[in-house]
Amino acid sequence: MLPDERTVPSGEYPVRAEEDLLAARHAVRAAAVAAGFSIVDQTKIVTAASELVRNAYIHGGGGTMTVEVVRDPAGRTGLRLRVRDEGPGIADVEQAMTDGFSTGAGLGHGLGGTRRLVHDFRLDTEPGRGTTVTVVRWQS
Amino acid sequence: MNTGLPILRLGDVLLGGLLSDLDDKTALAFTDELTTRIANEGIRGVVIDISRLEIVDSFVARVLMQLAATGRLLGTRMIVAGMRPAVALTLTELGLQLTGVQTALNAEQAMELLGWRRPEEAPHAS
Repeated sequence: MLPDERTVPSGEYPVRAEEDLLAARHAVRAAAVAAGFSIVDQTKIVTAASELVRNAYIHGGGGTMTVEVVRDPAGRTGLRLRVRDEGPGIADVEQAMTDGFSTGAGLGHGLGGTRRLVHDFRLDTEPGRGTTVTVVRWQS
Repeated sequence: MNTGLPILRLGDVLLGGLLSDLDDKTALAFTDELTTRIANEGIRGVVIDISRLEIVDSFVARVLMQLAATGRLLGTRMIVAGMRPAVALTLTELGLQLTGVQTALNAEQAMELLGWRRPEEAPHAS
């Protein structure tokens, strides 16, 4: 479960065309800078976003990304990304999370690797119902 | 496709650089252009400066690994130079070590690895 948070401004971005992948990265970078993230934290969350939106574009046939700045009860700032697609879904989640597994372009480090770049990782998927990945990285 | 990315030739070495807003198509076109030039121009070494790259995700990592492997098959030594520390930390956490890709701290060190020397280290003519 994600921790209890008070949510501050959010934005929704399309992931429909290849240019959207760059735009999504820019949006996450800007939000990470606004949230006061260090360079390393910025780099990790932008890289995670890049993996997730590429997955949604290539495997999910496109979708949307939502970016939210969140705070936990202790006042710590984080970024929450939700990347949703209406694609075929993931039949074998355990396999998809394994390093080295990929059904498309890339190295298959997409999901397993992305999980290591964030603090909270939630995957909702069902064959035929699409995939939603929600991640949070907190300011270190 | 013209990538708009400079690829300089210095003797039998090519020096290219990737820019921060690298998209997938540009990365692949850069690979094609470099590979063609390696073969056509008898290139012995290639340095790819990535100091401007703010992120390297699994796609770009794969492009670099394939480029190094292709270069090796063509008899060329490829060195990736100038990775930002934050990018290096992120890549290791992603589980990507760029296996098979030689790296250097910066482009100058990469050129030295390929046998180039700074002018001040050369003996004076007079």
